[in-house]
Amino acid sequence: MLMTITEKILAAHAGRDRVSPGDLIEAKVDVALANDITAPLAIKVFGEIGVEKVFDIDRVVLVADHFVPNKDIASAQQVKLVREFAREQGLTNYFEGGESGVEHVILPEKGLVLPGQLIIGADSHTCTYGALGAFSTGVGSTDLGAVMATGEIWLKVPPTILLRYEGTLRPHVGGKDLILHTIGLLGVEGALYCAMEFSGSVIRKLPMHQRFTMSNMAIEAGGKNGIIEADETTLGYLAERTSARFEIFRSDPDAHYDRVIDIDVSGIEPQVAFPHLPSNVRPVSEAGDVPIDQVVIGSCTNGWLEDLRDAARVLKGRKASPGLRLIVMPGSPLIYKTAMQEGILETFLEAGAVIGPPCCGPCLGGHMGILASGERAVATTNRNFIGRMGHPESEVYLANPLVAAASAVLGRIGGPDEL
Amino acid sequence: MEKMRVEGRIWKFGDDVDTDVIIPARYLNVSDEAELAKNCFADIRPGFATDVAAGDILVAGKNFGCGSSREHAPLAIKAAGIRVIIAESFARIFYRNAFNIGLPLLESVEASLGLSDGDKAVVDLAAGMIEGAGGVFPARPIPDFMAQLIAAGGLVEYVREVKIGR
Repeated sequence: MLMTITEKILAAHAGRDRVSPGDLIEAKVDVALANDITAPLAIKVFGEIGVEKVFDIDRVVLVADHFVPNKDIASAQQVKLVREFAREQGLTNYFEGGESGVEHVILPEKGLVLPGQLIIGADSHTCTYGALGAFSTGVGSTDLGAVMATGEIWLKVPPTILLRYEGTLRPHVGGKDLILHTIGLLGVEGALYCAMEFSGSVIRKLPMHQRFTMSNMAIEAGGKNGIIEADETTLGYLAERTSARFEIFRSDPDAHYDRVIDIDVSGIEPQVAFPHLPSNVRPVSEAGDVPIDQVVIGSCTNGWLEDLRDAARVLKGRKASPGLRLIVMPGSPLIYKTAMQEGILETFLEAGAVIGPPCCGPCLGGHMGILASGERAVATTNRNFIGRMGHPESEVYLANPLVAAASAVLGRIGGPDEL
Repeated sequence: MEKMRVEGRIWKFGDDVDTDVIIPARYLNVSDEAELAKNCFADIRPGFATDVAAGDILVAGKNFGCGSSREHAPLAIKAAGIRVIIAESFARIFYRNAFNIGLPLLESVEASLGLSDGDKAVVDLAAGMIEGAGGVFPARPIPDFMAQLIAAGGLVEYVREVKIGR
């Protein structure tokens, strides 16, 4: 029976030879993840289920990253609850303070997520790890609480949409633009309940961090997961981070796909998603004159070291527009340190940036960069819903790090070519 | 199933209602559902949280509950008093979350188009029939497994009974 990579991983974790779209399966979970917002509810559920210990102390990963450093008393109470649970249970992977960063940057960086695994996280952007050739999807706290107790989850096998990217990328265009373009094409519910499989020669040449960016935003098209087969690039990335063994799955050449979409990338410009949906995309050249008040560079979408290097290349020797707030949030302490050693942080400081700690902060309107009414931000993040970054009458425009950096200098939405 | 028949006022919303507007992130520093309910739809429909009554019905368009996985969203809606959500379609994490906490969802394009804000409606969950001022509308049957979850009272009870055998 021919299967896609998603079907093969699900079958392997359900102890079955084959699965088909629509099948309801009970699958073994390799990694279960939650953060400081979703873990407290999951811990409550875990308590209600009534088992003593989590299914595996090495496989339940808790990361404090959303409202940390604790933004108020209530947040501090939530993190305290998570910390105490992690200690009681003896979890080997609890991250807080100087060991913590954005969860979806931290887990790959520490080699905790691997090809062929089944990863479940109480965070919608858990789909990020699909970039490693894993089945990885987001759930809510109750599901996660049940996974912590049983090590298993019920899943419906999704139909797969195959997206094939061919052609030659234009300057300043990368994974962020490809995924924004794709979401624009499909719409925010275009891949609802579906697996998205990214393939083609363009993906094979894409560096690891840009693959993470693409898988990260599969959820913004409604996708269940966004998967990329592991290859030499993946193995090279993992070799520097882990010696753990893993299995590589690939789609059968004649596997059945619900839809196959061919995308010629040659004509794609840097993309900007206008308020208030990630699907509301335009080429940067058609953005018009949109003055902005803030630029945010970071998040689980674009908080990678290479993203900071991109932004620094644009900002080198330049200043953020007067009155504009430029906020840079490295994705992890290691990225922060490396950026410091490479002189990138100095470039940001000289450009007038505020450099924040590795956390989710402003992306979800948590803290460290909230917008007032009428204010506009260009952000390298993943969502531009109403009120996402602050006041319900503020606006968020999503873009890649090069466009975000250029926009900071211009004081309006624009690309590096305009500098 | 907790209650098979729901009768109440309709609160109508549009397409692509995301979990950030259902419960903005600034209110996620608590997990208490009564607290969450106070701020349900605070930004796009101020007054909802105070005016909604137990037993009311939420009707929406496509892709209801898209975005963040925050279970605080269906919890806030449920704790506010809504007993069933009817929409053209639901985002998948929200769909799981709602059934997991025992909040039933019905998919019906006809009802989504035909029901109006402020009207009364009667919903028969078992039969998947919705009756409002604009007529009687069929919904897609609730899948067997999801019906089991609702019958058990949610995923916690289901896992306790079926998986752990308590």
